[in-house]
Amino acid sequence: MQATLQVIGLSKNYNEKNAVKDISFKLNKNEIIGILGPNGCGKTTTIGMILGLLKPTSGKILVNGIEIEKNRVQLLNNLNFISPYVELPKKLTVKQNLIVYGKLYDIKDLKKKIEYLSEKLRLGDIINKLTGELSSGQKNRVSLAKSIINDPLVLLLDEPTASLDPETGDFVRSFFENYQKENETSILLASHNMSEVERLCSSVLMMNNGSIIDQGSPEKLIQKHGRKNMEEVFLKLTREKYEF
Amino acid sequence: MYGLFLRHFYLIKSSLPRILDLVYWPTIQIILWGFISKFFSIYSDYYNNTLGVILTCAILYDILFRSSISFNMLFLEEIWSRNFTNLFIAPLKLKEIISSLIFTALIRTLIGLVPAILLTSPLFGISILKLGLPLLLLFLSLYIFGITLGLFVSAGLMRFGPSFENIAWSSLFLLAPLGCIYYPIEILPTFFQIIAKGLPLVYIFDETRNILLNGLINYENLTKAYVLNIIYLVCGISLFYFSFLKARIKGTLINMGE
Repeated sequence: MQATLQVIGLSKNYNEKNAVKDISFKLNKNEIIGILGPNGCGKTTTIGMILGLLKPTSGKILVNGIEIEKNRVQLLNNLNFISPYVELPKKLTVKQNLIVYGKLYDIKDLKKKIEYLSEKLRLGDIINKLTGELSSGQKNRVSLAKSIINDPLVLLLDEPTASLDPETGDFVRSFFENYQKENETSILLASHNMSEVERLCSSVLMMNNGSIIDQGSPEKLIQKHGRKNMEEVFLKLTREKYEF
Repeated sequence: MYGLFLRHFYLIKSSLPRILDLVYWPTIQIILWGFISKFFSIYSDYYNNTLGVILTCAILYDILFRSSISFNMLFLEEIWSRNFTNLFIAPLKLKEIISSLIFTALIRTLIGLVPAILLTSPLFGISILKLGLPLLLLFLSLYIFGITLGLFVSAGLMRFGPSFENIAWSSLFLLAPLGCIYYPIEILPTFFQIIAKGLPLVYIFDETRNILLNGLINYENLTKAYVLNIIYLVCGISLFYFSFLKARIKGTLINMGE
């Protein structure tokens, strides 16, 4: 079966620094894969290359078998992204933002789509409010709406629950669980939240210093490294590098 | 493309302070130059009975200024609002981004300038519309050059990040003395004349004075201006594409923000 997203021998160098070193992985339809690793390990760089924001130094990224580097704009129709570090225009209302992004992604029957997203993400009360006036949790729900407005084949999540309170964080996790099941979307999740990764991901890529140092299902990784949970696996793998 | 226009249209439409800001500076600028030119028309032989020359040139220069600043502002808005990444992961071709910014910059320019232009008639008895059809050619030429400068600056912003912002504001002030807006090129020292001749502004403003003072149109000046405009526009678009590629290599697009 053809993978929805296939990364082959991907590397990214900034001058002398190797931010990502020859990584390969596959993300199948209806699968959630987590990328775990300490700050600066190459998670965001990898996502940036998949989104076409960064040009790989070497390697290939294929979406449904088509190389993104040669078909960037065409394939961006099938991708979307959410990160707490990227915001929607604050001076536009929630509805205006959704209209703008609906138009940018050329969504047919946008009105119906916005009604669906509004209901799904409980945006009804805030739909006419300025995005900049919303709470972090509300902003996150709006960003979620934007991230699925084009029914992406591949959804890239960069620390989607960072800076959210536990209740909102749980809402987001449940949302992704249900959304992925209903829409058979493939999700790549970069996170520092180990319980989130354990809960959502069928497979995890452990990254350090730009390389994938281990991978497998959370259960297998926990078993393999003789630890109680993913947090302990994470600490073991990232500290091993620095042990003398 | 329409989505990107809509993003900026909503922003302007919903904010009275933004509209006032767009209208305020051109109006002040034109009123100030109106009084200065009135003074010159009374006390200067060269500008005797030609109150309209300085004021018309001031308005035309503002077309250049506003179109360039508008283009830069649209780009900077995305950086300031941390929306840059969302924009560049949307399925938009670069030519669509450029076209959308060009069109939106035109709207912003007109919002700022039309009220100011309308004010000149009751306040100073001058109407820029008296230039007739050539006004359209002069406007278009200045607008193209303004957009071109916007492309150069936006390319710099994309390549070097928000630290390039100061250049965005100062670029036009650098060109103003060389553009010979209010005086003939002969006023400049020889070395600066050589540089100035490489700018379309010299021919545009020389032609404006020619039309106003002699009532004639010299198409040679306009042709030179348009040829230079096309050369710079092609360079500006090429630089924009090149900067996008460089930004993808360097990683600027992913870290863009204040």
